[in-house]
Amino acid sequence: MSDAPILEASGLHLRFGSVAALDEVALRVWPGEVVAILGESGSGKTSLLRVLSGTVAPDAGEVFYRDAAGVLVPVHVAGEAALRRLARTEWGFVHQNPRDGLRLGVSAGGNVGERLMAVGARHYGGIRAAAAEWLRRVEIDPARMDDLPRDFSGGMQQRLQIARTLVTRPRLVFMDEPTGGLDVSVQARLLDLIRALVADLGLAVLLVTHDIAVARLLAHRLVVMRRGRVVEHGLTDRVLDDPQHEYTQLLVSSVLAA
Amino acid sequence: MSGWALRTEGLVKTFTLHLQGGARLPVLYGVDLSVASGECVALAGPSGAGKSTLMRCLYGNYGAEGGRILIRHRGETVDLTAADARLVREVRRETLGHVSQFLRVIPRVPSLDIVAEPLVARGMAPDAARAEARALLSRLNMPPALHALPPATFSGGEQQRVNLARGFAPGYPVLLLDEPTASLDAANRDVAVALIREAKAAGAAVVGIFHDTDVRDRVADRLFTVEPRPEASRSAA
Repeated sequence: MSDAPILEASGLHLRFGSVAALDEVALRVWPGEVVAILGESGSGKTSLLRVLSGTVAPDAGEVFYRDAAGVLVPVHVAGEAALRRLARTEWGFVHQNPRDGLRLGVSAGGNVGERLMAVGARHYGGIRAAAAEWLRRVEIDPARMDDLPRDFSGGMQQRLQIARTLVTRPRLVFMDEPTGGLDVSVQARLLDLIRALVADLGLAVLLVTHDIAVARLLAHRLVVMRRGRVVEHGLTDRVLDDPQHEYTQLLVSSVLAA
Repeated sequence: MSGWALRTEGLVKTFTLHLQGGARLPVLYGVDLSVASGECVALAGPSGAGKSTLMRCLYGNYGAEGGRILIRHRGETVDLTAADARLVREVRRETLGHVSQFLRVIPRVPSLDIVAEPLVARGMAPDAARAEARALLSRLNMPPALHALPPATFSGGEQQRVNLARGFAPGYPVLLLDEPTASLDAANRDVAVALIREAKAAGAAVVGIFHDTDVRDRVADRLFTVEPRPEASRSAA
């Protein structure tokens, strides 16, 4: 409990013209914690993820990342080279559309292996073995290692993206609607896979989703956003079972029971 | 009494229903409950009095509106109503267990792993945790063939036994039981009673809702009556 947050943001503001995408947002994430940012389209949740990961600069506010050496990195001041280094080593990104996170013209094994090479792995046999192991972990037959991901199904592509992201053992993973475009049965399998891997590796995850079931299954903690503001946050089951804010009550009561 | 493991002081819980024009529904008012280590307290009171609400407040699943919920955790006193989400998670991992009426099923995870999970979270090696889970499921008369299956397709009684095994495996110092035997047959009810008695003997403080009065009389040391809020104070609130 005495450990320091891995990511810490405060006073974040961001405007698109007259629309406030972020309005005085603060957030902290600790190592090993899965935090879901929950909200409808236009709530500002994706803007928040982009600001936290350094992709978009806020109009005001600060974001700090504490790196593996314990050094506090000011994300929006550190510069592009430092962010590129983090993205290659300590951070991972899982995009909603696997085509944004994969190289479709490179073999499945290559997609996983090149992330390892980017952090210095050089032994071909070792890289290939690690890639095969990770394909197995995400339930892709290693025999498909030399196939191109453009021939994979959507669910398989998404699992490959997860293998590519996690193979370097990042400390903090940003996920934007990771099960967004998938069929329900494929979603369940993927969620279970993400849940197990995150627990095994002890990852910190920032997850953006509009899907309450996804948040309940994956997240330890929830941040509910509406119109650029955090309206409620706390333990996942507390927020979903005893929502305090009017908007959270509306969200929870609007879920169709299966 | 200094030996308490869990206590509430003036606990208040009111639900505000924003979607019903902000209607306020007072449920708990001024609840003072104290449970000692090795003691089992059964919640009593008519249906709707707030027994389940109290239980959910004690677990931190419902947020309290007023008062305190104190629990002995790592030799110190933690107020669950004021603790942040991370501390509540830590308390749940190490000190505070909960067996709910229904298992919230996680798709695709085998029963054995569902039971082993809280043990692994407390630092036990996965193989040792699975061995303990296997033993406990077998004691609850779950045939080994079912251990490898996710409980989604199980009967209510089978799901409840997975739930019981998950709740009892870690040996929490404080244990909340919400109708733990509701869907069990007589033989498994006896196993559940034995598990509760063993937990008490090991020093656990147990709070339970038992609609089965036979089970209640076999495990509870005393009753704690949750008083329904009178209608008058409802409309006044």
